[in-house]
Amino acid sequence: MMFFEQLITSFFAASGFGIIFSAPKRSLIQCGVVGMLGWIVYIILVDIEVDAVPATVAASVVVAVLSQLCAKWFKTPIIIFNVSGIIPLVPGGLAYDAMRNFVENNYDVALQLAAKALLISGAIALGLVFSEIINQVIRKAKWKKKTHA
Amino acid sequence: MVDNKNEIIKVCLLAGKVMLQSGAETYRVEDTMVRIAASFGIDNPQSYVTPTGIIFSISETESTKFVRILERSTDLHKVTEVNSISRRISSKELSLEEASRLLKEVDQLKHVYPTYIQILAASIVSGCFTIMFQGGWVDFIPSVIVGGVGFSAMVYFHKIVEIRFFAEFLASIFIGLLAYLFIDIRFGLELDKIIIGAVMPLVPGLLITNAVRDLMAGHLVSGLSKGAEAFLTAFAIGAGIAVVFAFI
Repeated sequence: MMFFEQLITSFFAASGFGIIFSAPKRSLIQCGVVGMLGWIVYIILVDIEVDAVPATVAASVVVAVLSQLCAKWFKTPIIIFNVSGIIPLVPGGLAYDAMRNFVENNYDVALQLAAKALLISGAIALGLVFSEIINQVIRKAKWKKKTHA
Repeated sequence: MVDNKNEIIKVCLLAGKVMLQSGAETYRVEDTMVRIAASFGIDNPQSYVTPTGIIFSISETESTKFVRILERSTDLHKVTEVNSISRRISSKELSLEEASRLLKEVDQLKHVYPTYIQILAASIVSGCFTIMFQGGWVDFIPSVIVGGVGFSAMVYFHKIVEIRFFAEFLASIFIGLLAYLFIDIRFGLELDKIIIGAVMPLVPGLLITNAVRDLMAGHLVSGLSKGAEAFLTAFAIGAGIAVVFAFI
């Protein structure tokens, strides 16, 4: 049940972000699906007690690879899918908790939370980089095959 | 030699301007301009793009053209349109005049979604995020309302105040106050979950993604400046909520 409601809400959240960023109407469903799959990977990994940072790396790799496939398939710029997929992974909750603790003068807790939020942001970037590497390796491999043949 | 240089330069600059104003990555803007110029027979086009301006020259020794970008918004629909026009130019489907006409049309396009649809979307996004961050369904409706009000406040303040980051700051003050009010009248259960959900539509997601992608493409200046913009926006949102907590 909990899994199901996460599926539905993440789909609507991601395609809602598509609307906020004025993505073309025909790509809203794909935005939703990319966001949903990324979030599900994250939720499952966190559920089997993987730390949030590696879980975010994995989820953002999934998002980035899916976005690349979508961008190739539908001939649209990749950021449209990237953005709506990445946003659920942004550590908004942690940043909020950190800020709240800062305001309430709990600096030690606040710093811990802020460091975690920073690490997760780094993890998102790392995931995007990984997928770009995969993409380039595949492209170069294909190119080599063509020249040899 | 190419004789209609000025027309080609105009088309390239217009394409670049529309893309940059609509929130494309800077490396994509540079790439598109160079591709368009190359497919009209320019040998060695040079372009340098930062988030606030475009510098373009059709060869190293020619005079350089410059366009300043003052207004930036997010309209991925326009980015897609310019991208597909540039694809068609590269495959020699469009003449220079047609390309120029199509680009001018795209430049004049209004947003695909009217503002009330965007506000509606933002409200639903807020509600969904409350559930995604393990909030209960009791907090869904309060979060939808608070998120919608917060997003409309941001859109409104963006129109009347010309100072950057201030709209986000005021909108998040609104969010904090309204969420607090709802909890006070027992409409909704957890203050934190409602605020986190409602703040999400204000999060600079496009800037964060673009910053990372530009840094990856080696555009250090654009990547860092977009990262700074994203950080300041996030800071403004946090500060707005912090003000509410400090006074209540």
